[in-house]
Amino acid sequence: MIEFTLWDILRNLLFAARWTVLLSIAAFIGGTIVGLGVLFARISERKWVWKAAHWYIEVFQGTPLLLQLFLIFFGLPQFGLRIEPWTAAVLGLTLYASAYLGEIWRSGVEALPQGQWDAGTSLGLKRWQELRLVILPQAFRITTGPTVGFLVQLIKSTALASILGFEELVRTADALNNATFQPFRVYGLVAIIYFVMCFPLTRYALWLEKRQAKY
Amino acid sequence: MNGAFDFGWLATGSRALLEGAGMTVMLTVTSTILGMIISVFGAAARRGHIRWLQALVGVYVEAIRNTPFIVQLFFIYFGLPSLGVNLNPVWAGIIAMTLNVGAYATEIVAAGLGAIGDGQREAAQALGLKPRVVFFKVILPQAMAVIFPALASQVVMTMLDSAVISQISVRELTMHANLIQSQTFRPFETFAIVAAIYLLLAIAVRRLLGFCARRYVGPGLS
Repeated sequence: MIEFTLWDILRNLLFAARWTVLLSIAAFIGGTIVGLGVLFARISERKWVWKAAHWYIEVFQGTPLLLQLFLIFFGLPQFGLRIEPWTAAVLGLTLYASAYLGEIWRSGVEALPQGQWDAGTSLGLKRWQELRLVILPQAFRITTGPTVGFLVQLIKSTALASILGFEELVRTADALNNATFQPFRVYGLVAIIYFVMCFPLTRYALWLEKRQAKY
Repeated sequence: MNGAFDFGWLATGSRALLEGAGMTVMLTVTSTILGMIISVFGAAARRGHIRWLQALVGVYVEAIRNTPFIVQLFFIYFGLPSLGVNLNPVWAGIIAMTLNVGAYATEIVAAGLGAIGDGQREAAQALGLKPRVVFFKVILPQAMAVIFPALASQVVMTMLDSAVISQISVRELTMHANLIQSQTFRPFETFAIVAAIYLLLAIAVRRLLGFCARRYVGPGLS
């Protein structure tokens, strides 16, 4: 058996943590793009569009993320689509994030008084222009706190990619645990690494929300 | 294995899925009850005047909120035995879920307590009620009415998180889904059906809690 010092374990974990960071960033970017689509669908004036968006959100917020990932990773090959763990994880986390981000931003849009829309109309703006120039900038501003808060949830959610075989923090921890038989130390360190990544963001989200509440 | 959808396995698999759903519900109910108890005392401590207790609860809440559920679960199930604490998988799952609901609900309840003005406490004290009575009979019920929707969605989220407990071989819904798909080679149909079961459970839990809220906490809540 190879001897692993504490430093060996930590070094390997920190090395794997970059995949956690990359996966989080990819999912956040993907989630933002798709989430904007969800937001637009949700505030659409066509009934069937927002109904569809409503069910999209219901499905992604009402089922376990793990099953969503399983459906993509194990389910798609059934139709002849081979998919890598990384692609499956990014795709799954993107869809999952889009449902939450879409809802968060919609709450921002709905928090704005009707007068903001009316003002846009009275200036002769089209609906799309109203959205882009008047509504969305304000809606995003008042929801930065919850958006950052969700980013923490997303970072934690990337841990599930380990189950698909993607070599991020938790997967590496499993391997180290099998090699060292020191689960207390290994998973303890993993918890600390996640904490160090998430805690500053949690604090920042809280600060943003407090600042927002003042207005 | 390609081709049209095949739900033939449902005839034999439905019993296993029902059992799995039962385990998922059991894990959720147990951890919700235990977590609520933690949260009421946790929130009271957080807003109380005992400094070290306040700090202790703070560390607990932040530790849980800033680490993934799967890491907490593995730490409890694989890590604790090295301290001489051996747990069976079901108990490890219940503990992990309880600690989770407890931490999030502590934050929610504490926020609810903060939303109830000092006037309520002062009025109750002026009537000569003991601090314990003031907390449980005057402040807490009002706080609960404010935060009920947030608590309900936390319970649903924790139930969905419980899918991860399949990874330590607890025979809940996702574990059964995995077993079925490995036998039938129909992963898409199996996971889709099981996702639908979770969705129905989530809607049912939300409805049930909403009903309880209207019945026991106060009218006008959903």
